[in-house]
This record gives sequence, C-alpha cells and structure tokens, in this order.
Amino acid sequence: MRHIFSKKNRALLAELVRTDFKLRYQGSALGYAWSLLRPLLLFIILYLVFVKFLKIGNGVPHFPVYLLLGIVMWNFFLEMTVQSLGSIVGRGDLIRKIRIPRWIIVLSSSISALINLFLNLLVVVIFLFINHVDLLKTTLWLPLILIEVYVFALGISLFLSAAFVKYRDIGYIWEVILQAGFYLTPILYPLARITNLTFQKLIMINPMAQAIQDARYSAITHQSRTIYQVFEGGWYRFVPFVIVILVFLLGLMYFRKESKYFAENI
Amino acid sequence: MDDIAIKVNSVSKTFKLPKEKHSSLKSAFINVFRSGKGYDLQRALDDVSFEIKKGEFFGIVGKNGSGKSTLLKLLAGIYTPTAGTVDVNGKLTPFIELGVGFNAELTGRENVYLNGALLGFSRKEMQAMYKDIVEFAELKRFMDQKLKNYSSGMQVRLAFSIAIRAQSDVLLIDEVLAVGDAAFQTKCFNYFYELKRKGTTVVFVSHDRASLEQFCERGILINEGKEVISGSIKQVLQSYSSIVLNELDKDTTKNKHDNNASSYVSIKSVNSFSDKDEEKNKFNFGETIRIRYEVAVHKKITKPILGVTVWQKNNDKAIFATNTLIEGVNMADYHPGDSITFETTLPNNLNDSEYIVEPAVANESATVFYDQLPNAMSFFIDGSANQHAILSSIAPMSIKVRRSKK
Repeated sequence: MRHIFSKKNRALLAELVRTDFKLRYQGSALGYAWSLLRPLLLFIILYLVFVKFLKIGNGVPHFPVYLLLGIVMWNFFLEMTVQSLGSIVGRGDLIRKIRIPRWIIVLSSSISALINLFLNLLVVVIFLFINHVDLLKTTLWLPLILIEVYVFALGISLFLSAAFVKYRDIGYIWEVILQAGFYLTPILYPLARITNLTFQKLIMINPMAQAIQDARYSAITHQSRTIYQVFEGGWYRFVPFVIVILVFLLGLMYFRKESKYFAENI
Repeated sequence: MDDIAIKVNSVSKTFKLPKEKHSSLKSAFINVFRSGKGYDLQRALDDVSFEIKKGEFFGIVGKNGSGKSTLLKLLAGIYTPTAGTVDVNGKLTPFIELGVGFNAELTGRENVYLNGALLGFSRKEMQAMYKDIVEFAELKRFMDQKLKNYSSGMQVRLAFSIAIRAQSDVLLIDEVLAVGDAAFQTKCFNYFYELKRKGTTVVFVSHDRASLEQFCERGILINEGKEVISGSIKQVLQSYSSIVLNELDKDTTKNKHDNNASSYVSIKSVNSFSDKDEEKNKFNFGETIRIRYEVAVHKKITKPILGVTVWQKNNDKAIFATNTLIEGVNMADYHPGDSITFETTLPNNLNDSEYIVEPAVANESATVFYDQLPNAMSFFIDGSANQHAILSSIAPMSIKVRRSKK
C-alpha cells in the first residue's frame, strides 16, 4: 500500500497534472482565467433564466448562491467523470510503451478536476459575501461532503475509463446518463418543489442529490431539505453512503482486473 | 539466481483479434447470442524460455512480426503473459522506446521534466540534471520552443539524453539506432560501451547485424512466435540469415535449388600472401599481409558486399573488419558462372599470435549473408617487440613535466 504513494509515483502524478493544466487552455487568450469565467458565465445565464424569469427559487433564502453551489458540485462530478472516461484511451501512447501504474492516469485527470472545483468554490465564496450569507458553523462539514463526492466520482471514473477501453459506446451512454442525472438531481429546482414524498425519497437516494443538498444545508441555509429530513431520520438515510462505497470498491476491482490488458486492448 | 538478471519461463502470449470491429456494446451483445467466438486467437509467442545473465548485452533477433516486440513488452511488464512467468532481478527501466510521453504542444523544457517523471525522477532530481541533459543533446537554444517545431532528429537527441540518465540495472532498447545521423549514432555507441563497462544488463532488439555483433554476447532468435535458437550472437545471426534466405528463395519460386546460403555464391580458396605475392601464413611483425579469396556465383546477385573480418584466436572481439561497402568499392550485377576475386591488405602492427580470417559475402543491404566462412584460414605473426596488447605500440612518444612550485 505504501508504494502507491511512493516518491516516484507522486512525482509522476504531479507532472501529469501539471501537463494537463498547461495544455487545457493552450492557445486561448484568457488562459487560466477561463477556469473562473466559465462557471461565472454559466451562473449568469442560469440566474437570469431561473431566478429572474421563472422565479423558481422564491422562498429559498440566498437562492442565487444556493443555485451556484449546486451547479459547481454537479459540474465537478461531470467534468471528472467525463475526463477520466477518456483518460486511459487518450494516454494510449503511454500505456502501450511504458510500465507505469495505470491508476495514476485516472488519478491525474481527477486531480485536474479537483483543482477546477477549488477555483469554482472561490467564485462561490465571492457570491457568499455579495449575498451577505451568514457564516454557518456547519460549514465545517463541507470538506467531508466534498470528499464523499470525490470518492463517488472516482469509483465511477475507474469503472468508466476501464470499460471505455473495450466498449467505445460507453462514452455516449454516459453522456445520456449525465443529462438525465442533471434533471433528476435537485440542482436547478428546490427539492421542496417536488410534492410527492416517495419521489423525493427516490431522488435523495442518489448520492449526488444527497451531497448537494447537504452541502447547501451546511454552508448556505438550513432551509435546504437534507436526506435526514426526507427520511425522517430512518436508516434509509445511509443508503447513499453505502452506494458511494460500493461504487468505489466495484470500480476499483473492475479497473484492477482490466488494467492488465489495457496495453493490448487499446 | 543471483547472477541472473531476467528469467523467462515458458512464456506464451495470445492476443484476441476481433473478427470484426468489436469495441461496441452491440457487437458484444450479438456475440453473446451467437455461439461462435467473435475473435481469432493469435499466438504471438509460444513457449519461450531463456535467461539473461547480469551485465550481459542480450540481442533479440527476428523478422518483422516475429514476436520480438511482444517479447520486449512482456519483459517490460507492459503486457501480462498468457502463460508462464517473467522474473526480473533488479530495477528495470520501464520504457522501451525513446521519447515516450513527449507532447508536441509542450516546450522542450517541459517535456524534459515530463519524460523524467515517467522514468521515475522527481522534479528536484531533474532540475539537478537539466543542464547536463541540454548540453548532451546540444539543444540549448531550442529548449523554450514547442516540441512540434523540433526536427525528428532533435527530438530523438533530446529523448536519448534523458533516457541515459535512467539509473537502472536492466535496460530495454528497441531499435534506437534506426534514427539519428552518424554523429548521433557514435554517441549511442559510446554510451553502449559505457554501459558495458558499468556492467548494466541490456536487452537489445535490432535488425542491424553490425551493431548486434558489435555489442551483444548472446541472443535469441524468434521466428513466428517460437524460439529458434538462443546462444552466442554469432550462431543466432547465422540462423537468422538462413531464415531470411529461405524466404527469399520462396519468393523466387522458379529457382528450385537447395535452400542453403551457398546456393547463391560460394567462397573458395581463402589465402594470405606476402607483398611478393607468395602464398604463406607465417608473417613477421610489420610485414605486409594480403588476404585474397574467390567467389563463385551460382545465381544472379545484385551489388553484393564482399568483406573480411580478422579475429585473434580465442578472442570474440574482431580486430579488423572491412568490406566493399565501407571502402566504397563499386559493385555490379553478377551472373551464374561469374567468378569474383577479392583482395585486401591488412595493416600489420599485430603482435605475436594466431589470427583467424573470416570472409563473407552479403546482399546489397547487408541483411542476408550469402556465404560466410567463420574459420576459413588462419595466419601467425612472429617477432614483434612489444607484447602487451593485441596491437604492438610503435607510437612515438614524448613526456613533458611541469614541476609544482614549492
């Protein structure tokens, strides 16, 4: 277990992340600024449509920031899984010619996504101030919630990147699943808008829905409905966490099994 | 096991080759319901075993598609064997090609760090080596340019300069000499000599007879995934020649002669002469030695290469080798019944010993040896004054001293 983060592997991981980052905004005039501008512009669009025109968030305090945090977390999940999905195939030249731990490649693209998440969270913090949101004690929970999202996304990434080597259809399928997931997760709408309690429960079993609602609860407003409230404290509220752990372990197992044959299957 | 660097135990490797494009779910589904397999099995390597000793230069020889690159990838741990085991004793460079991971969009400098990381160096270590690498590659002016603006020769130079920093016990090299100009090749050779001196184990895949013969002690010949022979590099290269010749004969099916090398030419009457043209095989130190042999042509050959190598007896290093290609002698086409006489004069500053003459005739590209007589004849030298090395030193000397001022 110790050799996984040996000096060599850490150095390689750092270099791969650095390369990713350098190449990402290559040739664009604004460069790294896009990491901040992109979520900002997206936010402005959603704000205009959902807050100003449709007035969906009436009744939720600080709805613009509430909306932004949800979008930022979902975008992290989307970016990380989509980038990791193609990461093994995209680095085929390396895998066919050199023996490096394969998981480093997935990990490096996940860390690129993490860096972006932190930049985006900076934007969220700025809006927290603009909106005069009171700092809540429960904000301390936020890192734990983000770790949960990361582990969930990592499990999925490991599975997708390994499966994509064999089946290129996975790319399109995952795109559709993400699209569906975006609407099945209470990102644009407050969960309270769904009046059917059974539907609420079903929606909240999804770890992303649970994590986004918990994050909003802990950092923005206690009026956001959490899984605890939806299940009224029943043991079902642990289902999302069990899903996260299962997805991670299964993803890891599948990746380990398949990674032996990456070099010949790519 | 202590003096063994790599042990390959009856290794086989089978690839699944899809009959049609298989990388979609639809075909995976269809293949489940269709009972027949959706792929062909291709046996790239079949029950290959050999050992490489520590400090040895080991050659892997074979035609294109014979399985030698698969073998190298198995040694590197890139492929997992279908059956059998590969044991590596010591640290092995994990790459088999130069410039792996080079990114055209990054600058030369950034690529150095990236490539270094792939070889297992931290950024700090690379910073310490950076200057040496750039100097060795002679690319100082270009380091802040993107790699896509480099010529391929420059890229190889950069990659090679990084690669030789790798501190490992076992090195795998796949055809590096195919690229680069003459100056670069000399650098490669010097590096190989240094490796030999340091006792690094090197596994070397190449088509180039000359460099294989020059560096490797032993080797293995792979043909159609099977081990044909493993042993001294000379034996291996000879078997390789006869395999290639066989193929050539199959191509020209009209000639249904026996398939050995001498079906094209045969070397006859190899002899040594004095400068008065008298045949003899005992020479005084410094006396002119002329080697002459005849080649009888049996089949039409195009611009062959005629050459001769001289060995000291019981020494596997050649001391003298030349041929018509090196000397730029114009060769023509020769027809059955022709006879060619080859003659060369040896520079004789040889010490007292027995020397063995090995004549050879090869095709235009030196890939096929039509005939080669490893032990054609020998001659003796007598009466040299300085007996300390193979060559007698008759170099004029002088000594200068600058005393320290005390």
